[in-house]
Amino acid sequence: MESEPENVDSADTAEVRSDGSGDVSLRGVTKDFGSFTAVDDIDLDIADGEFFTMLGPSGCGKTTTLRMIAGFEQPTAGKVLIDGKDVAGEPPYKRPTNTVFQNYALFPHMTLEENVAFGLKRKKVPKAEIQRRVSEELERVGLGREAKRKPAQLSGGQQQRVALARALVNLPKVLLLDEPLGALDLKLRKGLQVELKRIQEEVGITFVYVTHDQEEALTMSDRIAVMNQGRIEQCADPEQVYEKPSTTFVAGFIGVSNLLPAEVRGGNEVSIVDGPTVTTPDAGRFSAGENLFAVVRPEKLDVSSPGEGPADRPGIEGIVESSLFLGTATQLGVKVADDSKLTVLVPNASEEERHRLPGGGAKVHLSWEPEHMHLVTESPNGSGPNGAGAGEVSTSEEQQQGEEAK
Amino acid sequence: MTLWQRLKDNATLYVGLLVVFYMLAPIAVIALFSFNDPTGKFNFEWVGFTTEYWANAFDNQEINDSLWLSIRLAFFTSLGATILGTLIALALVRYEFFGRKAANLLIVIPIATPEVVIGAALLSLFVYASASLGFTTLLIAHIMFSISFAVIVVRSRLIGFDRRLEEAAADLGASPLTTFFKVTLPLLLPGIAGALMLTFALSVDDFVISNFNAGSSVTFPLYIFGANQRGIPVQVNVIATMLFLVAVIAITFVILQQRRVEKLVEKRADDDNKASVAIPI
Repeated sequence: MESEPENVDSADTAEVRSDGSGDVSLRGVTKDFGSFTAVDDIDLDIADGEFFTMLGPSGCGKTTTLRMIAGFEQPTAGKVLIDGKDVAGEPPYKRPTNTVFQNYALFPHMTLEENVAFGLKRKKVPKAEIQRRVSEELERVGLGREAKRKPAQLSGGQQQRVALARALVNLPKVLLLDEPLGALDLKLRKGLQVELKRIQEEVGITFVYVTHDQEEALTMSDRIAVMNQGRIEQCADPEQVYEKPSTTFVAGFIGVSNLLPAEVRGGNEVSIVDGPTVTTPDAGRFSAGENLFAVVRPEKLDVSSPGEGPADRPGIEGIVESSLFLGTATQLGVKVADDSKLTVLVPNASEEERHRLPGGGAKVHLSWEPEHMHLVTESPNGSGPNGAGAGEVSTSEEQQQGEEAK
Repeated sequence: MTLWQRLKDNATLYVGLLVVFYMLAPIAVIALFSFNDPTGKFNFEWVGFTTEYWANAFDNQEINDSLWLSIRLAFFTSLGATILGTLIALALVRYEFFGRKAANLLIVIPIATPEVVIGAALLSLFVYASASLGFTTLLIAHIMFSISFAVIVVRSRLIGFDRRLEEAAADLGASPLTTFFKVTLPLLLPGIAGALMLTFALSVDDFVISNFNAGSSVTFPLYIFGANQRGIPVQVNVIATMLFLVAVIAITFVILQQRRVEKLVEKRADDDNKASVAIPI
């Protein structure tokens, strides 16, 4: 992570960044807009050099949190610490942070060069050094030859790179990114995700990244804070957030939520409503009688004919309602109870095998390994990912139906 | 195809041409008669072609004095009205304060008020204050009725202003003052330039209000009105045509500039082919 930047003069980098590290801490931070609480008593510690993502649906408070770190908003209560220093009341232009804005916010009346040089000029960096660093930075994002152009002459993806260069050239302790890829099309977004991650590893600056795109968060982040209604529901590394979500909301927002209502029996036993009783160490975390949900990811479910399911594994019967060919996989919607539906993802092996898959109306048996089942509590905010809207397109409907199962 | 058929098919075109002719004919007459060589005092009948008056456009001292007064007056009017108008527009768009809505409405009242009323009111005000009428009273009057126009022009530019650009500047270390001069002001410039041109034109043009408050000063429109009684020198036509040409060139320049920007934006949208812009939270 702390690898030395390749094409930046190392002495220069050290000189600028020697005055402290880029760790950010939030202590009981709350932000009210009138009677609406956008951010509700958040505690957060972001380490120096970390790629940290705040993930959540529109209105979950992630952007407001970012704006409080940048200094555009002042918290109603609580403290923001950057490099251990309370920055309360400090305006944005005095903070060691730089922001990449959602719609780039490039200065339309300046050339790319002038845009990128803006921050260095304010710091009264010598002219020759400004010139060198600006051209290096534009080179880094692959726009060296466009230096004399105006932002309006660039495509969206190019503008995004300039916005990044304009922020990075100042070597901030913390770089704040507010849905930087939100306005770009899918293909461009994928490419820039990889590039952003590479640049972050190269410069070793703390990145605080805001997005509503779960896939983006999983791909790039060292750690993810999943936010909902102004609170952090879970803060962990991508694998953990995906494999071991802590609440129904996190399970639903990250990937497809296959939620089965369940009750803890005590010991390591948990019984699924209208389903099998499963022995899993995961149940040991909860006390007997507790009502919660079991999550099994769609790709972890195996399909077999009713009655033929493996006896040594937990399973449940259902009726196939829909079958969608997705290219790399086939997605089945299986109704397991009146108000409960599971999504199954079957990888596409051969055409022959695909034709053996049960069609609509067929009865099937779904089974899974006990260790692939994870228990989650109901989201403390009472709201599921319904209306998250921003999640993955193909599965949003299933998500909602799964949620309604509660 | 009969003539009638052809007229019917292109009715819109012909009616349009007639309207354009109706609008431009008086201007064409003025330009045409600047090349006339009248025999008497009055320049109403076509006698013969000459470029004499174009060659000697600034021969008439009276015209020159009045024109110079009008230009000076318009210069200071546009400056004063645009500075005040820009500040008012900033206040109206950027800040919440008691009476903001009312102020937004009140600002158009001078535009809606008949000029004679404004002129007479200003005159009684100056007389009451025992101010001697002249350049100063003219300037005060002109700035007064021009401010509203400046506010409206700059305000429309401000409403479309992306506040995130100012946040970006602050984020990059610019103090509020630096942000204003490096980002806000340059981006408002087209609006400000528009306000300058408009208020300049309004001031040069004004007759009614000036007539009340000029005292013994004679602006260009006042001179023409006076000269009308005893015969208008051909130089008036020449200078009027010049003013018209300057205005047309200025407007063409602005329109071309606008087109260039629009094309750039269109091109970018094509390049991008992007879906939609995410909504900020």
